[in-house]
Amino acid sequence: MMQPTESKKIWQVIAASSVGTLIEWYDFYIFGSLATVIASQFFPKTNPTAALLSTLATFAAGFIVRPFGALVFGRLGDLIGRKYTFLLTLIIMGGSTFAIGLVPRYDVIGFAAPLIVLLLRLLQGLALGGEYGGAATYVAEHSPANKRGYFTSWIQTTATLGLFLSLGVILATRHLMASDQTTSIERFNRWGWRIPFWASIILVGISIYIRMRMNESPLFARIKSEGKISVNPLKESFGHKTNLKMVLLALFGATMGQGVVWYTGQFYAQSFLENACKIDFDQSRTILIWGILFATPFFIVFGGWSDKIGRKWIMLTGMLLAICTYSVIFKQFLSLTDPKTRTEVSEQRKVLENKTIASEKNPSDSIHVITSEVHYSDGSIFKEVKADTLFADAAHAAVTKTSTTFKDKKVDSATYWKLVLLIFVLIIYVTMVYGPIAAFLVELFPTRIRYTSMSLPYHIGNGVFGGLCPFIATLLTTIYVGDKLSGLWYPIIVGAVCLFIGAVYITNRIDPDVND
Amino acid sequence: MNTIKRFLGIVWILLGPVAVYYLVKTAASEIAKKPVIDTKIQWAVFIIVFLPIAIGMVIFGYYALKGEYDHLPANSQEL
Repeated sequence: MMQPTESKKIWQVIAASSVGTLIEWYDFYIFGSLATVIASQFFPKTNPTAALLSTLATFAAGFIVRPFGALVFGRLGDLIGRKYTFLLTLIIMGGSTFAIGLVPRYDVIGFAAPLIVLLLRLLQGLALGGEYGGAATYVAEHSPANKRGYFTSWIQTTATLGLFLSLGVILATRHLMASDQTTSIERFNRWGWRIPFWASIILVGISIYIRMRMNESPLFARIKSEGKISVNPLKESFGHKTNLKMVLLALFGATMGQGVVWYTGQFYAQSFLENACKIDFDQSRTILIWGILFATPFFIVFGGWSDKIGRKWIMLTGMLLAICTYSVIFKQFLSLTDPKTRTEVSEQRKVLENKTIASEKNPSDSIHVITSEVHYSDGSIFKEVKADTLFADAAHAAVTKTSTTFKDKKVDSATYWKLVLLIFVLIIYVTMVYGPIAAFLVELFPTRIRYTSMSLPYHIGNGVFGGLCPFIATLLTTIYVGDKLSGLWYPIIVGAVCLFIGAVYITNRIDPDVND
Repeated sequence: MNTIKRFLGIVWILLGPVAVYYLVKTAASEIAKKPVIDTKIQWAVFIIVFLPIAIGMVIFGYYALKGEYDHLPANSQEL
């Protein structure tokens, strides 16, 4: 039983660590969520070098740089301490996010604009790579053994809440720039997108103030006073077989599968709703926001439960449920948004646009495009785009190629909540695999090299296997065009391999003592 | 159980090179289909990032085969 003063102290530790980590996630996500707007401001497609930098900014920061951040700041955390290292990552993240909001557009300063943005994005990735391991270690080293999973699970909520905050701030800013929605969105796209970046500096300032008042982790302070700090954490973590084998086991038996389940549930699902199901921009985001809101408490539930029954089987059950049900859930997304399952109210149909344009493939052919707003009996409103290709070539003159597509689907209330429920289920899987993992990783490694050793498998699992998930999944759908669900092969295969390795090689033992 | 863990080591040793072979084969065919800079960067990033991970998988398999995972350390003295 914890004394009241101890209990108060641990909640201060959790608050200080969680607020900072949440802000770092917020900073990292706003760039991704505003990628299209940012690309139009800094990375014009007409300039191939700028387009190249855009691809690098998207890929490099999230996937390559994060594990390097884990190595750089992990080493620092094991050498100088947890407190100062994660203060440093917070300052780097906050500073670079604020600075992105200040960079002039490509048409003002030219090539320097995308270059500066790329460098700032790389700094964001580095900082994120160093932050999580520090925060999780800091909280775990303050926690009693019987509540380690519960207390560290508060840190686990921050990644999801950071996404929630970023989506909320972006949606609010997008709609509050003017009383008229069209003007508001136009202003947001022109300069208003900078506001979420500037807002970060206030949040980071508050977090730095809170963290400055915290003490160093008691376990680290003790080994430091005893002169037992590692001289070379990188060599000890990855150069010695006894520790390297645990790093590999953490990666292939836990974080690899956890990463794909997380990114499929929160990011690929949103991308699928928007790009494959063609749900309206705002609806696809609010569906995710509700799903996150309802599911987030379960991080704490599963983290706390892992203190009683062990970490292993909660995480592996989450992976098993995910890989068994992904196809069913994503198939439901398609079926719930399918216009063929709805009855049109034809008298409410409105033609929004009727124009003829030259074909991009053959400029002498023309395309007649009619965009209509289609109303359905259940209250859904979809935009239908009907394109008739009129061939100039005499041989094809009699032939008309017609294609009908739908976009900006605004689904009815019942369908909306069914979609929220499905997203909620996907995020429940995330809470199962992610809630207990901080405690699991902390318990695998000794204090003197804990920050370095746990950060690398975490960021390879999440940054590389997870972070690449939306890209690889989307890429698979472009290779296997006939199957809209082919993108799911990647998380299912990676998840299944991880589940198998975890089940066979990992133990369910809760380490009673991390003071070593 | 320990025998299964060791035999499975062979699977993990083979999985690394098989994954890399499939990755390089797909990259070559996709770049040939659409030889633009974006495609090349995308696939180069995939190969650069996944190659060391595949080597890690081979090392993991080797350790499993050698029985390194028969008993997991219970405290720092065993590390």
